[in-house]
Amino acid sequence: MRLLLSIAITLLRAKLKQSVIAAVGVTFSITMFVTLLGFMNGLNGLLDGLILNRTPHVRLYNELKVSPEQPIQRGWDEDTTDGAEVAHHFIRSVKPKDELPRLRNATAIMRALENDPRVLAVSPRLVAQVFFNVGTVDLNAQVSGVDVMQEVRYYQFRDYLVEGDPQDLVAGQNTVVLGKGLADLMGAGVGENVQVTTATGDRSLLRVVGIYQSGLADLDKVQCFANIKTVQKLLVRPSSYYTDINVKLKDILLAPAIAKEFQARFKVDALDIQSANAQFETGSDVRNIISYAVGVVLLIVAGFGIYNILNMMIYEKLDAIAILKATGFSGSDVRRIFLLLSMVIGLTGGLAGLIFGFAMQNVVDNIPFITAALPTITTFPVDYNPKYYIIAVTFALLTTWIAGWFPARKASQVDPVEIIRGK
Amino acid sequence: MKSTENILEVRDVSKSFHDPVTVQVLKKVSLEVKRGEFVSITGKSGCGKSTLLYILSTMDTDYEGDVIIDGEPTRGLSGERLARIRNEKIGFVFQFHYLLPEFSVLKNVMLPGLKLGKHSAEEVEHRAMQRLRDLDMHDHALKSANQLSGGQKQRVAIARSLINDPLIIMGDEPTGNLDSKNSGIVFDIFKSISAHHEQSLLVVTHDNDFAARTDRIIEMDDGKVIG
Repeated sequence: MRLLLSIAITLLRAKLKQSVIAAVGVTFSITMFVTLLGFMNGLNGLLDGLILNRTPHVRLYNELKVSPEQPIQRGWDEDTTDGAEVAHHFIRSVKPKDELPRLRNATAIMRALENDPRVLAVSPRLVAQVFFNVGTVDLNAQVSGVDVMQEVRYYQFRDYLVEGDPQDLVAGQNTVVLGKGLADLMGAGVGENVQVTTATGDRSLLRVVGIYQSGLADLDKVQCFANIKTVQKLLVRPSSYYTDINVKLKDILLAPAIAKEFQARFKVDALDIQSANAQFETGSDVRNIISYAVGVVLLIVAGFGIYNILNMMIYEKLDAIAILKATGFSGSDVRRIFLLLSMVIGLTGGLAGLIFGFAMQNVVDNIPFITAALPTITTFPVDYNPKYYIIAVTFALLTTWIAGWFPARKASQVDPVEIIRGK
Repeated sequence: MKSTENILEVRDVSKSFHDPVTVQVLKKVSLEVKRGEFVSITGKSGCGKSTLLYILSTMDTDYEGDVIIDGEPTRGLSGERLARIRNEKIGFVFQFHYLLPEFSVLKNVMLPGLKLGKHSAEEVEHRAMQRLRDLDMHDHALKSANQLSGGQKQRVAIARSLINDPLIIMGDEPTGNLDSKNSGIVFDIFKSISAHHEQSLLVVTHDNDFAARTDRIIEMDDGKVIG
């Protein structure tokens, strides 16, 4: 095999210019492939992160809903146990109970979740609808009471905080982080006080300790964060009062199954991330398909180049093939020589492509990309995942192998007698 | 090692070409070559002598009859096995040099030896140098093959045919392309190979002077051995 490889390399070196051109074709397509995939997936990560980073994998909550069974039905059913016809009733006017949107038994649920081996993090939330009073105007907003350190750790809270420090939210009572849009609307900056009215009419004064920017303008106009204790106090509720429990799982793909399980087990509503954000998955998939398609097309074009050059080389090397066969190299030896030749082109071209691809990724990574919607992003995002490099090299070898296979087979079938006698 | 006295046996070999019309070029040819024998095949052009040689070389497998090399019938053997026989037991010298221009003279000689894999690369190189020295070509070992003259190329080709110590060396008009001086040199080399190394030679030629000096002449006409 080493002998065949050395013959292949010698033949390549004799046709250095053509070989380099063939390799450059591979290099170019691999470079594009790696750059494109890195960039596309960087972008995917960024866009997904925009929502997914901050979204719990499973959210447990208690939805306000109509009683599934109207009380009158119960009465009727009981009366007709003797087999008489079930009467039809028209009364279905019982409205939802005036019950609190709290999670019942939240502390016990949280304890159970924390002991679940599939769960990475559990964080409670208390969401309150409030009005901020600005002069004579009341601005509608939503204050989420959160466990600040959990949010920082598992939901990248700090990344979206354009001003202020999450620590201030942990330490201080009656502190709040305002959404950027809301803060601009109120003209409120860090350190100032804002007045807030709850849905039940209780008024409090909160001190602004930070500004939050999610990148979604509509959200930033209504979303505020506070310590969970602050919100409990705001609503005048006990310290076990939570409206949501957010769960981050170790494996995001299990979310739909686990959400169903929790729903049955804890008798609450559960929403998994896949159902909540199906459109993001679709977007990522489409972008992935596009970049793979472009990369593969480029490789196929490079493959045709290799095919052509090898075919030409075989016509030029008929003498050499004949003499190799006459001196004891078999048809499969000759096939291997030309396959190796093709693979050498693919491998060198592919490796050069990886290096150039990495360089190109760096270039893209340094192109400034400043947008108001994404406060933490200053340049184009690039995903340097080695997975794409491995896929690229595999594809390069596969295409060159296929491109080399047909000419190599032709070479192996060359009849030496015909060549030698034909002279 | 000496399993049979006959290195090469040919029994009733016939061959026809079918394109464009069927022409029988070999008609039940039988012959044998003994160890160390220097045999020439002569005949008019088109009498089938080259066709016969390529059948004997195992490169052409489309024929009827039997070819037995070193006691082993070659009919029905796989391409791999035939390649192995060519590599190990047969050496070739053609009318045109047929060196690989991409390789150095030394590497050209070494290739069949490396393919055989019986000796290490260093050993093969050493043997190749020895063959080149025997043929007085060792000064050109590192040159590229196309820097040599015709006679020099043919000497290198002979060195290559000898690298694996074959039982038989086959030549298709090995002097056909050379002037009389170089022809003489090639003949002397062949003669000494057969004399000193007990290797057989089977050379197709239309050069009657060359043929006359060999041990035995097989004369062919119209696809048949006539003497």
